[in-house]
Amino acid sequence: MSSVDAVASGRSIRGREAGFFADLRSIAGRALRLVPRDKEALIPALVIPVFFFAVNIGQLQNVFEKQTGIDYKAFLLPLSIITTVSGVTRASALVTDIQGGYFDRLLLTPVRRITLLLGLMVADLLLVAALCVPVLALGFIVGVRCATGAPGLLVFIVIAALWGLACTGFPYALALKTGNPAVVNSSFLLFFPFTFLTTALVPEQALTPWFRAIAKVNPVTYILAGLRSLLVVGWAWGDLAQAMLAILIVAVVSITLAFKALNGRVKRK
Amino acid sequence: MADHDAAPAISARGLVRTFGDKRAVDGVDLAVAKGEIYGFLGPNGAGKSTVVRMLCTLLNPSEGSAAVAGYDVATQAEKVRLRIGVALQEAALDERQTGRELLHLQCRLYGLRPHEVEQRVADLAGLVDIGDALDRLISTYSGGMKRRLDLAAALVHNPEVLFLDEPTTGLDPVSRATVWDEVRALNTELGMTIFLTTQYLEEADELAHRVGIIDHGRIVAEDTPEALKRSIGSDVIIIETDTDCTQVEAAVRSVRGVEQVTAHGSEVTIMVNDGAAMISPVAVALHAANLHVRNLTLRTPTLDDVFLELTGGRIEEPER
Repeated sequence: MSSVDAVASGRSIRGREAGFFADLRSIAGRALRLVPRDKEALIPALVIPVFFFAVNIGQLQNVFEKQTGIDYKAFLLPLSIITTVSGVTRASALVTDIQGGYFDRLLLTPVRRITLLLGLMVADLLLVAALCVPVLALGFIVGVRCATGAPGLLVFIVIAALWGLACTGFPYALALKTGNPAVVNSSFLLFFPFTFLTTALVPEQALTPWFRAIAKVNPVTYILAGLRSLLVVGWAWGDLAQAMLAILIVAVVSITLAFKALNGRVKRK
Repeated sequence: MADHDAAPAISARGLVRTFGDKRAVDGVDLAVAKGEIYGFLGPNGAGKSTVVRMLCTLLNPSEGSAAVAGYDVATQAEKVRLRIGVALQEAALDERQTGRELLHLQCRLYGLRPHEVEQRVADLAGLVDIGDALDRLISTYSGGMKRRLDLAAALVHNPEVLFLDEPTTGLDPVSRATVWDEVRALNTELGMTIFLTTQYLEEADELAHRVGIIDHGRIVAEDTPEALKRSIGSDVIIIETDTDCTQVEAAVRSVRGVEQVTAHGSEVTIMVNDGAAMISPVAVALHAANLHVRNLTLRTPTLDDVFLELTGGRIEEPER
């Protein structure tokens, strides 16, 4: 068949605007379809937290539990989840699209520009929620129990996924601003202070004063507290509200940066 | 209200695009009729792709205005996008998808309904002509297959105007001939307007109804290929020499019947009306001036000769 036959047979078919939700579904669907083809980005996100979970428990469980009386595995599991979900994005794939010209092909279609980023973020949200499941499963295999039961577990995953989403804005902002894979790949460094300058390994009372002062302004401290409360304490609404507020603050900053960068990229300047 | 049906397929007036201090496009006027194949010919860096990117709504003009399918590219970009198909210079494909996935996505972004998507992908799969490879990752495709898939992706929504930015650069002769056949067929059988940029003179000559020659961001000539070639004389004599071209130029200028002489590198080009009658006097003049000549060739003019005549330079064709 020639192109003429191809065009002629569907001659009456014309392009039209698909609509916001259809665009969003198309962009998110593509991003999710490509996830299994990008294993090298996913495997470290799963292996590294599991490795440190095992190492920290092996080294510190006895000392910690003797001192505090708290189940260290339950205390540590939220950190593993935070490490898993922080920085998992399709930002590297976005840079590949920009460099390879495919982003331009997308811009040539009537797709709503905002969905080019929002679709990726929706995919990220679903992906990080899915990534929580095997890490949580491992926690339960080694004996962690959830004080709030199945509903609490669901809330746990939602909080973790929303934190993951809040984190995606930074790498997307860098991807859209620079189009440089090296810059995007090094963006994980941003999450180090978030993840470790906090109550990552020991409770707040055990921190030195200067470290405690830093931890107090680190949003991850409040997210860890919220997640831990679900596993260890029960429905601690104050902790959960603080966790959501911390996520909201980071999300507003990072997602604003990302959409400003998108605006700059598509401005036809 | 503007009459979009009566409007030319592409029009531009005083189109300018600057990048910092550099004027990449410097006052381009265009009028491409519906159903025309317009060849945009020029050397690398002349401004061809920048013009295409403005007409396709990827870049805003710095000055001037342009309309495609009757809609302004700056203020009605969404309407333009629904009516154009574009195959950019490098096949803009996501190599992590299969050909089928890419076409499906392209159809959905153009708002095609599920049954229309299936029909178009089935139709265009025939165009891509890569058999079962449509379900393989694009990263496994050859250069020719990628170009054909890129063309298919540009056609999913039956565009009124098709932009092809250097569609055959880097292709082998067989793939190039196939793309040419497709371009001709899309135009002659479906009346699709095609705006084609190229660095290949032969491509512009073979395909285009009219050719615009662009150099340093300006259109320096525009007409049918035949008329452009006729404008510089009926024949061309090429002298290749190891000696100083200015001496050769001086020697042949004195020959009666010589109309235009242009030196470029180690070549001197002479435009004449009757090449067969002129080649002997030219050879005699060179001999009389005691100038060593490597080659003396007589041929009909090409678009490259037109470019040389107008700009003093030649179009360096990319390696095939």
